[in-house]
Amino acid sequence: MSQSALAISGVDKFYGPIDRGVHAVQNLTIEIDKGEIVALLGSSGCGKTSTLRMIAGFEEVSRGTISVAGRKVHALPPVRRNVAMAFEGYSLYPPLTVRENMAFALKAARLPKSQVDAKVASIAKLLEIEDILERYPSSISGGQQQRASLGRALIREADLHLLDEPMGQLEPQLRAVLRGRIKHFIKERGLTAILVTHDQTEANALADRIAVMEGGVLQQFDTPDMLKQRPANLFTGTFVGEPPMNVFEAYVGTAADKINLRLPDGLSLDYDKDAFSGSVRDELLKRQRVVIGIRPYAVRRSKDGVPATVSANQWLGDQTHIAADFAGGSLVLVEHDRTRLELGAPINISIDPKNLHVFDQSSGMAISHGVELA
Amino acid sequence: MEHTSLLERILRGMALTLVVIFFMFPIVWILMMSFQTNETILRIPPQLVFKPTLANYTALITGKLTTAAGTLDIAFMRNLWNSVFLSVTSVAVALLLGVPAAYAFARHKFRGSEDIAFTLLSFRFAPALLVLLPLTLYFQKLGLANTYIGLIWVYQLICLPLILWIVRGYFEDIPADIEYAYRIAGHSWFATFRKIALPLAGPGIAAAGLLAFIFAWNNFVFALVLASADKQPVTVGALAFITSSGIQYGQISAAIVLSITPTLALALYAQRYLVEGLSLGAVKG
Repeated sequence: MSQSALAISGVDKFYGPIDRGVHAVQNLTIEIDKGEIVALLGSSGCGKTSTLRMIAGFEEVSRGTISVAGRKVHALPPVRRNVAMAFEGYSLYPPLTVRENMAFALKAARLPKSQVDAKVASIAKLLEIEDILERYPSSISGGQQQRASLGRALIREADLHLLDEPMGQLEPQLRAVLRGRIKHFIKERGLTAILVTHDQTEANALADRIAVMEGGVLQQFDTPDMLKQRPANLFTGTFVGEPPMNVFEAYVGTAADKINLRLPDGLSLDYDKDAFSGSVRDELLKRQRVVIGIRPYAVRRSKDGVPATVSANQWLGDQTHIAADFAGGSLVLVEHDRTRLELGAPINISIDPKNLHVFDQSSGMAISHGVELA
Repeated sequence: MEHTSLLERILRGMALTLVVIFFMFPIVWILMMSFQTNETILRIPPQLVFKPTLANYTALITGKLTTAAGTLDIAFMRNLWNSVFLSVTSVAVALLLGVPAAYAFARHKFRGSEDIAFTLLSFRFAPALLVLLPLTLYFQKLGLANTYIGLIWVYQLICLPLILWIVRGYFEDIPADIEYAYRIAGHSWFATFRKIALPLAGPGIAAAGLLAFIFAWNNFVFALVLASADKQPVTVGALAFITSSGIQYGQISAAIVLSITPTLALALYAQRYLVEGLSLGAVKG
């Protein structure tokens, strides 16, 4: 890519005086290519919306620069940044109909009426709001308002489309349908979109890359697959993935030609030394204490595994979630078949070294994923 | 309202009638007095039946007040015009200054913004008479005493804080994102203020304007001290009816009727829009 659609470089956001106020976004650097869909994922207050609003120009950038399509925009007023935005609170203009709301920006750009009508019609069809085009925002439901607001953003030709929780109010079925359509729409037109969401399903489904944020700090910026397979730290590991990754503290030890990950309650996961590459082995042995993470899908039941006790068993219609008391904590495993296990039943579990994520105990940074170094 | 018995409805009707009579009686009585001469007004006991006369209105409109002691010139119509002019201009000036200021206070938190807003409100704390004495001296030095400009200026003490604080609340109720949405769609800050903020706060601005108008119209002391006869509004002008040969109740009533008519008409007219604007749910996201 010759030129990035968005380049955020060393951006800080303070609410209140610089260096003394609330540090909402910390030294954020992200580069997004043209035609990419990127999700900012994080829990409430992680700085994702602040970031979006700085890009749009509603919040001042305390430090650092933001460039859109090669132009430095962080000091420009919103009107001159050429970005479109769908707001979390919809923010439709109350005195205008849904149609007028959507056509608003196009009229400001002085597009001929026939073109405006055609665009509104096609977007309305995409979002299934054709039947409410003549209604006023106060007379339609939250989900409809949200779609109208999304339509108002998507209809524009802009360097960047910012979508703040664009589908939070929609019913699950509609959401699934619209996700597909919107992704197709954005890709087909080569638009660049940034999506703020706390819903990882949405981020996974829509985004090419996901930026995971927490406490104002970017934790990892990678493709959905890589976030799952190679989480950069304990936070990303436990935040991304549903059900969340199982996490246990372990002491690393050796005995004969084995590496032992000693867990509480006298349990131990034993692996052949050869199961890990030499560098991973060195890293593990260098540390006394580590945190191990295992995805629920990667936990297997096997006769010669480590003992655990079933504490809950749920059949979700397409998979079974089994929770078990294990090593002084709780462990969740997922099986695709319906499993009949009584509460309190003893099971034995084993974890393939390929599926083992190891994190540093103090910093939380990833040490290894499977048999490879992080 | 579905399942009310006949008795309940009758009782409710009676209660409503009582309330209406209680509140409307003074106004109705004044209206009746305005069609009577001083003799019939002062009859004991007062009577509801009388021979109506337009003499009071004629006297006011022609400006000739005939009393037992002779004919007096009164400037009631002039006063009425002064009232209209002073109130309308003051409210207009206050809206022009106050609405943008209210927007600034609502949307931009700058250093000392709360203090400035509070200072403006504090103009209303001081008793008018306390302010008036120094003001009179200054105005005489500046040549502003007994001028319309001077009066309108002083009337800002009444109108401006009122408009500023009411309208500010309305602006704050508009979600800022609606304005952001408009700005990001390619409009300047000023266009957003004009096209989004002003219309959405419209009912609030109208309400504040109306209130300010009523306060300005009813003001007495400022005009009493700072204006001479030809600049005085009706509130001060009404003093002329206390004549050497007695108080002219009939004319006072007619004057009251004439002077409340504009505000009443304005209130009734504006009320329609106020209710309409507010029930539109204009500021709900």
